[in-house]
Amino acid sequence: MSGLLGPILIIVWKDLLLELRSKDLVVSIVVFGLVVVVVFNFALNNTPGRSAELAPGILWSAFAFSAVLGMNRAFVRDQEQGGLEGLLISPISRDAIFLGKALTSLIFMLLVEAALLPVYAVMLDFSVLSWSLMLTIFLGTLGFAVVGTLFSAIAVQTRSREIMLPVLFFPVLLPVIIAAVEASTRAVGGVTFIGLGRWLPLIVVFDALFLVICPWVFSFVVEE
Amino acid sequence: MASTHSVEHSRGIQFLNLKIALALITGVLMLMNIYFIFMIAPTDAVLGHVQRVFYFHVPIAIMSFLAFFLVFIASLMYLFKRSTRWDSFAHASAEVGVIFVTLALITGIIWARPVWNTWWTWEPRLTTTLILWLIYVAYLMVRSYAPTQSKGAIYAAVVGIIGFVDVPIVYYSVVWWRSIHPSPVVGPFAQSDALDGTMALILLYSLVTFVFFFAYIVMERMELKTSEESLGRIRFALRKRGQ
Repeated sequence: MSGLLGPILIIVWKDLLLELRSKDLVVSIVVFGLVVVVVFNFALNNTPGRSAELAPGILWSAFAFSAVLGMNRAFVRDQEQGGLEGLLISPISRDAIFLGKALTSLIFMLLVEAALLPVYAVMLDFSVLSWSLMLTIFLGTLGFAVVGTLFSAIAVQTRSREIMLPVLFFPVLLPVIIAAVEASTRAVGGVTFIGLGRWLPLIVVFDALFLVICPWVFSFVVEE
Repeated sequence: MASTHSVEHSRGIQFLNLKIALALITGVLMLMNIYFIFMIAPTDAVLGHVQRVFYFHVPIAIMSFLAFFLVFIASLMYLFKRSTRWDSFAHASAEVGVIFVTLALITGIIWARPVWNTWWTWEPRLTTTLILWLIYVAYLMVRSYAPTQSKGAIYAAVVGIIGFVDVPIVYYSVVWWRSIHPSPVVGPFAQSDALDGTMALILLYSLVTFVFFFAYIVMERMELKTSEESLGRIRFALRKRGQ
């Protein structure tokens, strides 16, 4: 296991370092996330009375769109400079490359969400200080990161890569989006973990299933 | 060289014979099917003539689910065996499956309007079918936007596997979502069970017809793909000679 963990952390560190130096990805996605909320606020005609009902939907729409936008970049940087080939040549297992990339995406998205949440809490008027909401966000984002990493590895190789990722991502991630919205609605309503019902287990099943399948098929996607 | 060529040739002829036989059987079955549906099947007492679309809709929907199951199996086999036969089988099944899903959605909408008084409702089976359509359209897009054909085959196989595994999760998430958001539309699913003997028999016959129809067009599509590949090779060789 330590043979897997070492390379994963190195890949994560490499991508974090690149991001720390440029800072363009996280900042631009946070700004995008704010724009999305403004648009949804007017598109759905959000009034104070309806906020509790609409907020979780707006929250997850913004997260999902931000995730797709950010994930699109996950392999572009490596692709442009031949970094992915370097990774593939190096004596690191494909699983480690995939998990490293997925972990990086997870960290980026959690950072973006941490920056956006307080703002959303004010603008949409709901309480973010709830463990059930935090757990829902973590598990939902994990699902986004795992499947999104696999699809962005495919999309980056295709023509019209910017379109390809969302076209693959949204239909497959629909169960996570539905479950996350439902769980968040209850969490914002102030229930404990048990009150979230089957929605959290549904996300856990999704995450676990694709954490097994995605690294395996990833090795086929990047082979030469 | 010559012997392998003749073996290939005779196998090709066998394939052609099988295909012609299948085409004839399908044609006869389909003509009888249409006759049964419009002439023999009793008119539904409640729904009237629109109920006849059901004899097309149900078999088409079942065949499209089967098609995507076959895509899943063929994708797994392709990743393990790397034989282009499995890939072209997956490709053909996916294309025919997408056409069938499209037809299932359209016939469903035609049925829904007079019966449910709405074109569309976010009911689990409808929603799952729509998501299936989206996933397999993406499957075909990935295949054709890939840099090379072999890469496209691998990417498509990956999407074929992920997509199929996802379907039950999509279904249950929508079922559970439905249970807390009751729809104003009351789906008269009970009526689809209330088929009388003749109706059930014709439905079954129609399903058999569509199994043959499906097998025939998948075969035709696979053959077309083989021809396309040969044509590509000939073109490539000619261009090389021209240089």
